[in-house]
Amino acid sequence: VTGTVVVVGSSVAGVRTAQDLRTEGHDGPIVLIGAEEELPYDKPPLSKQLLAGSWDRDRVTLLTAEAAATAGIDLRLGVAARRLDVAGRVVVLADGERVPYDTVVIATGAAARPSPWVTGSGVHVVRTLADCSGLRAGLADPGPVVVVGGGFIGAEVAATAHAGGRQVTVVDPLPVPIGRVVGSEVGRLFADLHARHGVGSRFGVGVEGISGRAGALRVQLTDGTELAAGTVVVGIGTVPNDAWLADSGLLVDDGVVCDEHCRAVDAPDVFAAGDVARWFHPGHGAYTRVEHWTNAVEQAGCVAHNVVHPDDLRSHRPVEYVWSDQYDWRIQIVGRPHLAGASRLVGEVQGDRPRFAAVYPDAAGALCAAVTVNWPRALATCRRLVATGGHSDDAVARLEALAAVPVRPSAISR
Amino acid sequence: VPQLRADLSACQGYANCVIAAPDVYDIDDDGVVVLLRRTVPEEDRPRVEEAARSCPVSALTIEAP
Repeated sequence: VTGTVVVVGSSVAGVRTAQDLRTEGHDGPIVLIGAEEELPYDKPPLSKQLLAGSWDRDRVTLLTAEAAATAGIDLRLGVAARRLDVAGRVVVLADGERVPYDTVVIATGAAARPSPWVTGSGVHVVRTLADCSGLRAGLADPGPVVVVGGGFIGAEVAATAHAGGRQVTVVDPLPVPIGRVVGSEVGRLFADLHARHGVGSRFGVGVEGISGRAGALRVQLTDGTELAAGTVVVGIGTVPNDAWLADSGLLVDDGVVCDEHCRAVDAPDVFAAGDVARWFHPGHGAYTRVEHWTNAVEQAGCVAHNVVHPDDLRSHRPVEYVWSDQYDWRIQIVGRPHLAGASRLVGEVQGDRPRFAAVYPDAAGALCAAVTVNWPRALATCRRLVATGGHSDDAVARLEALAAVPVRPSAISR
Repeated sequence: VPQLRADLSACQGYANCVIAAPDVYDIDDDGVVVLLRRTVPEEDRPRVEEAARSCPVSALTIEAP
């Protein structure tokens, strides 16, 4: 394949697609288009290490100018794609430039759902490097922090702000916010985690409005009470960046609709990867959109392969995987726990060194998901079993055996 | 023959590598990557490189001898 591949979007899905195209043997031009001026960067640390200040900017860089040049990737940063002309095979940029392609990969990701509560200042979302810098500056204010949204981003920001010495309260209209993902039983363990670390929570209560400005904000809740805050963080989900495709003629329905090969259902030379792709997952038998880092990486690999090898198309059928760091918990989730009923717990939930797993059987008893806390080895075990359709009883037996093994240094290479 | 390397102090136990190449990478009881092999045949290199690139903290590398 020697044609020009244009990759639109410079976050992890776009960068990995561009790099993997070379690994797969593409020797034609590659153009990587990014809306932000910033060199491509990784997003997971924005609510954790980078927000806390324990990592610096260089550590989250996904692609340097030198690495792009070495790989023959034409990096065009600072101008967003404005529209896609599928018939003419051209990406039109916001400044009017027209970038022709033989194949285009849409990897424009997702944006933070904007705060519906607008004030002069002091209300933040966390999605971009600029958001992270702004919030980091906001957290320098000694006032209390109110986090709206008790999902993963909200919980991570709460933990980071708490570790930075702020008084923090998390608000969410759901009584057990993460229960939506992991079920109410395990979700309650997550909810308790805030309290155990001295972080307040107002779960089951919505936000009516926010007023004031940075350093002097008031958050009005639906139960009539009010919280004072120096800084407010709103983490209420994301929306795919697909509005620029509205007049492209592509089928767009909460993401670019693709077949199992991650190719747009209505255009053979258009692919999509990452948060913006809604593709047919043959294992699930359903169109699926996943907003996880690992999916972006794996889907980029699949797309690069399929662009370079059209006669050997690969299906994208990943086992979902996501991690989250909250307080002293490293949380890892494999599979789709929300599809299961009850879960079984193995290991130690409480104590100074919590280490446990929740195992989720499907209706037939097969392992369909697992949530592990501070236990990567159990996660690796369960990830294999979910991928191969193992039985949940087998998973429990293996985890109980692992739980019995005393902690020891690794065998080689340490 | 390409040599496998792992930065054990960088490893965070995300286990992406174990899924991508379970014959090459494992996780120990401390949650740290274990190299099951020290070298990789040239024909396996693309697959193992893909596994190494799936590490969120770039703890894995494959070096020319």
